[in-house]
Amino acid sequence: MPGGTGNFSMLKGSLVGWRSLLSSLTVSYSIPALRKARRQEQLVSKRLLREESTAAEGGQDGAEIVPDPLSEDEVLELLKGVQRGSDDRKRSLSQLRLALQNQETQQKFVRLDGSIPTLIGLFTSRLADVQMEAARCLHELSHSSDPMVAEACLPVTSYLLTYLSGHSVEFTELCLYTLGNLVVESEAVRKRLLPQGIIPVLASCIQSPHDAVLEGLGYVLSQLLQAKEAPAEIIPLVLGSALPQHMLRLVCSGLKSGTGAAVEFAWSLHYMVCSHTADAALLSLGAVPALTSLLLDLAAEIQDAPEGLELIVCPVLRCLGNLLAGETGCEAQIQDERLLIALFLIMEHFLQEHPFIVQEGLWLLNNLTDEPFFCSALLSLDLLPALLQLLRCSQMATVLAAADFVGQGGCWALERHRSSPALQERAQALLDMVGQPAGASAFAPSHTTLPAFS
Amino acid sequence: MALLPPGLSRRLREAPAPRPSPLPAPPPPPPPPPPPFTFVPRRHRLGRGHALLEDGDVHRHLYLQGVLSGLAEAGERPRVSEFSCHISGCCQIFDTLEGYEHHYNSLHRNVCSFCKRSFPSGHLLDIHILEWHDSLFQIMAEKQNMYKCLVEGCAEKFKSSEDRKDHLVTAHFYPADFRFDRPKKVKSGPKHTSSPAQQGASVPMDVSMETLEQCQVDPMETGPGENMEIPQPAASPNPSVPEKRLYKSRIPSTICFGQGATRGFKGPRKKV
Repeated sequence: MPGGTGNFSMLKGSLVGWRSLLSSLTVSYSIPALRKARRQEQLVSKRLLREESTAAEGGQDGAEIVPDPLSEDEVLELLKGVQRGSDDRKRSLSQLRLALQNQETQQKFVRLDGSIPTLIGLFTSRLADVQMEAARCLHELSHSSDPMVAEACLPVTSYLLTYLSGHSVEFTELCLYTLGNLVVESEAVRKRLLPQGIIPVLASCIQSPHDAVLEGLGYVLSQLLQAKEAPAEIIPLVLGSALPQHMLRLVCSGLKSGTGAAVEFAWSLHYMVCSHTADAALLSLGAVPALTSLLLDLAAEIQDAPEGLELIVCPVLRCLGNLLAGETGCEAQIQDERLLIALFLIMEHFLQEHPFIVQEGLWLLNNLTDEPFFCSALLSLDLLPALLQLLRCSQMATVLAAADFVGQGGCWALERHRSSPALQERAQALLDMVGQPAGASAFAPSHTTLPAFS
Repeated sequence: MALLPPGLSRRLREAPAPRPSPLPAPPPPPPPPPPPFTFVPRRHRLGRGHALLEDGDVHRHLYLQGVLSGLAEAGERPRVSEFSCHISGCCQIFDTLEGYEHHYNSLHRNVCSFCKRSFPSGHLLDIHILEWHDSLFQIMAEKQNMYKCLVEGCAEKFKSSEDRKDHLVTAHFYPADFRFDRPKKVKSGPKHTSSPAQQGASVPMDVSMETLEQCQVDPMETGPGENMEIPQPAASPNPSVPEKRLYKSRIPSTICFGQGATRGFKGPRKKV
């Protein structure tokens, strides 16, 4: 049968990887709490891969049931069970995997003498099913929000990297998500992974033809590039590798296939662009025309698009917005009014469901209309009424534009010219907006902490 | 009420409007009246933590955490009846395709054609072939540093695999008992250079397949001798004590534990 993994893809169809989505019954999250965490730079996102529970393991309506914590003795029993070389071991390993869904059990487990070395031994086993189950245990540990658990997994990193160059798609995918989770949780893990050669390994891995692997890879990159030390320590290594050009390629081909991977790489690019250190490299790779072309394609598909396109639209808007705002001059020029059309089509599409897209789109528009070309296009395409309406819907963007405007004496100028009939309607509209934010006088345009809006 | 003027989507698919060709310079116009505003447009860069990006970041977070589009659609894995690995000498049996795929990709790829050992990656296989099966290597190794660092991207070479191991530990923070950098064992005869202080000719590193030949024995036998390379609970601080390999009794277990659980695949991105 196997002449290569191509056959397996055919047999599996699109069934690569396995996910469990946490139902809102058992996981409570509140948007205001998440916003607050984000403001405090404490928003830690992790991916969890979990086999769909069988009826015996799971609950009603697909709700995830987190098992109760085990006692120290029970955890010790499980550990001993997996250390014994017998058929029982596989059963113990599965039981361990289930038990490790509980954070307290995770903490107890990693504190036991020899637990991690045992898990490593199983993780490097020749028995493929044992190896996979051990990998799932490690994955559960990686999902812990206790940094101590992540750091207990430090000895695993060299093996995780070794296996990334392997051929088993499902296993590689699992290793990637485990790595990504560990990376975001612990600086010690990142400090270990860099000298262990994670960047060259990722650069080889990005040549994989498997969407599932690429998506996992993108996830790891997005977590690495968000690290606070990324601009100084990680991004230079990434720029020195072949990664950026592949990332760009995979983002731009994302509409045809591998959209999940494209989403991850788009966010990775966004974090790189935010660091201010990657602009020149990305511009020389043609990032601006490539991302512009992608935005055109996205806008063309937007009407028939299934759910989720905002996940890639958002980081692409951000990359373009920041790249266009950079210092480097002519490589960043785009003079194609279709970009304007695309932007408006996208904003219109997401206005109801995902207004944050409108907000960020307006920011990109601000950066585009620095150019007289786009200002004229805006008027000649008769988009100004739409713009005014969109501005009314987006308080934050309004503040940004208005702050700038007000800060430069625009208010006074508007008042002066309100009586001019040609300008009257427009001036009044602008004045209305400027009147909204409180304390409008003292903003600096690129101040990172604007007053909070609920 | 339509937000946008009609016909925009069509314009999107057309080629960009041609830029007007430069006309001959017109006579200089009369100076324009002073503009009503002193407003100067300005581009803004938004940093990672900018407030304007807050909602988008929260949305991204919810996506990663798997909360966004409700419950997973469970996909059925195709059920297959039991089948065995077709590689000669390997008698593992599977009842799921995924179990078989992982087995095949872990154990039957990257196989050394000389000694049949398999390796986790092509990279390690290449190094193995060079160091174990290339007689020229041994000759050259006497004169120059030939033992390559195992880390991809590191160009260092060493005169012995022991030196290489030291480098792996000190420069790359590898564990001293890294499983893919094991001393080469001579199968027959007593332990020749295995005093703990001396590594001898230690060479990497394999996912050993020597026991393939032994599958003529009753395939149902699963022994206590499955060599799982599980270290003693108190991890040995002395990495150069080679672990005993229970080669003879190592028969791979023939039943693969596929539980046939239904699996969910769909994340929000799958619908895109």
